[in-house]
Amino acid sequence: MTVAQCEIKPMRQVFGETLVALADEFPDMVVLDADCASSTQTRQFATAYPERFFNMGIAEANMVAAAAGLSATGLIPVASTFAFLLSLRAGDQVRSLLAYNSLNVKLAGGYAGLSDFADGASHQSIMDLAVMTALPNMTVLVPSDITETRLATRAMLEHKGPVYLRLSRAEVEKRFDEDHPFVIGQGVQIQDGSDVTLIACGVASGIAQQAADELVAQGLRVRLIDMHTIKPLDVELVQRAAEQTGAIVTVEEHNIIGGLGAAVASAVCHTHPVPVIRVGLEDRFGESGPYADILARAGLSREQVVTAAQRAIAMKHTDR
Amino acid sequence: MPSADQMQRTAQALRRTILRMNHAAGSGHTGGSFSCAEILTVLYDEFLNVRPAQPGWPLRDRFVLSKGHAAPALYATLARKGFFDESLLMTLRKMGSPLQGHPVMRLAGVDMSTGSLGMGLSVGLGMALAARVRGESWRVYVLCGDGELNEGQNWEALMALAKWRPANFTAIIDRNHVQLDGPEDLIMPMGDVAAKVESFGLRALCCNGHDCAALRDTLKAAVAINAPAVIVAETVKGKGVSFMEGQSAWHGKPVDDDSFAKAMAELEAVQ
Repeated sequence: MTVAQCEIKPMRQVFGETLVALADEFPDMVVLDADCASSTQTRQFATAYPERFFNMGIAEANMVAAAAGLSATGLIPVASTFAFLLSLRAGDQVRSLLAYNSLNVKLAGGYAGLSDFADGASHQSIMDLAVMTALPNMTVLVPSDITETRLATRAMLEHKGPVYLRLSRAEVEKRFDEDHPFVIGQGVQIQDGSDVTLIACGVASGIAQQAADELVAQGLRVRLIDMHTIKPLDVELVQRAAEQTGAIVTVEEHNIIGGLGAAVASAVCHTHPVPVIRVGLEDRFGESGPYADILARAGLSREQVVTAAQRAIAMKHTDR
Repeated sequence: MPSADQMQRTAQALRRTILRMNHAAGSGHTGGSFSCAEILTVLYDEFLNVRPAQPGWPLRDRFVLSKGHAAPALYATLARKGFFDESLLMTLRKMGSPLQGHPVMRLAGVDMSTGSLGMGLSVGLGMALAARVRGESWRVYVLCGDGELNEGQNWEALMALAKWRPANFTAIIDRNHVQLDGPEDLIMPMGDVAAKVESFGLRALCCNGHDCAALRDTLKAAVAINAPAVIVAETVKGKGVSFMEGQSAWHGKPVDDDSFAKAMAELEAVQ
């Protein structure tokens, strides 16, 4: 399932290439951007299919509502811009038009998490999962590597209904082969183990992999799940992990309120209440700085995830 | 085609139906439904190319009621045109009814759910662009309130309309000068709306929004323009009932039995 070769690309570049690659297969797809096509890489589609691309300027509310109008005729609009703008500036349009009517609009939230590291908190998106998962009818995808980005983009277009695709500015590896199973709503168990389960999404999935490797080297049996769909959450997979491993650590580039960790905790609390340690931003904003450093301040480093896993295992054996 | 006089009588009958609906519902927006009675009547009787028996007909003209709180006026018009049975009208705002407080797409004839204000021009723009992408020639009509022009998104939409200039797009602004909290001059003055629209590089046309002949002529002129056009239709909120006209209190006040009787008497006095 995982690949040895080390192909690395910015996720946004992979997304842009994939839109172009799928254009003929999805002739009803049109793409909109809000003056960020050069950043989000929808420019690749704009160049190849200018008659199917609309640059709406810096006006996200208008863009999302126009996408609703486009979709009402059977087209499949992909509306792209920075993640925080899609989820907040255009939040009411997403709610009232896309989610309420279950319109077939795809939202591509670029530069999510802390991946716009240098620009600082004004441009970083640490709450988009909370907003999007709280909307009925919305599907929420968070790909973690080159392969999942391609597969999630395809899955999003094949899915009928509104989808939020969380994308990163960051470079990601090709961790998975093309035969990687990507089904919306089904998490991927990358490795089995019985001492603890790490559940991660997006760029943090790679960090969780590094931590799992180190824990295994320490002799621990670590289950690792790549949870590319936050909604609908693969509750069965999560509950099985709780039951069989007794401790869970979630790892995400998001506020620990309202994201993957919160979803996992609520999935287990009433059936298999086990320790769930949520690694991510502890209800605070990011800042400007080198990506690895601001990730580390949010607990997103191999060492800190290892520590969190050890703590979760220890909690299993303590009277609570 | 019905004559302007016939449409005038239809619009007045529409007000009586709206009053019955809002009285039965115990809530609902009467003032802004009355102000657009003639606009909806002329649109549906003379301009919208739709098939009530085939509401999903792909080549139909689209209509977006951006001022979704005028839902009673839209519902009564859709029922009159045969999109659904008129008996449904008295289920407005009742549990389980497809006649929600604000229009929802699951009801035959509703092309876009609305309610949260200021989104209709953008939605209509998207629809108009879709016709272009698909190589189809149907038209889009959007009915906005003037209060909802407070929302910045409208001006985003006008910018974008001026960029793509879809010739199949017509907006009508129900310019009744009164919003929820009071007269617009006190709440948020909109000034010369036609001049604002034209400053974006778009054509604006003005007419009396209660005169069906004027509305028909202005809509014909708007459709003939090979570019998007915005009609500013001068209206009176609560039109047709003396104690409701121009009164912000009747934006969304429940119609009690006493008000119902008095208002109905006035609406019946003028056929």
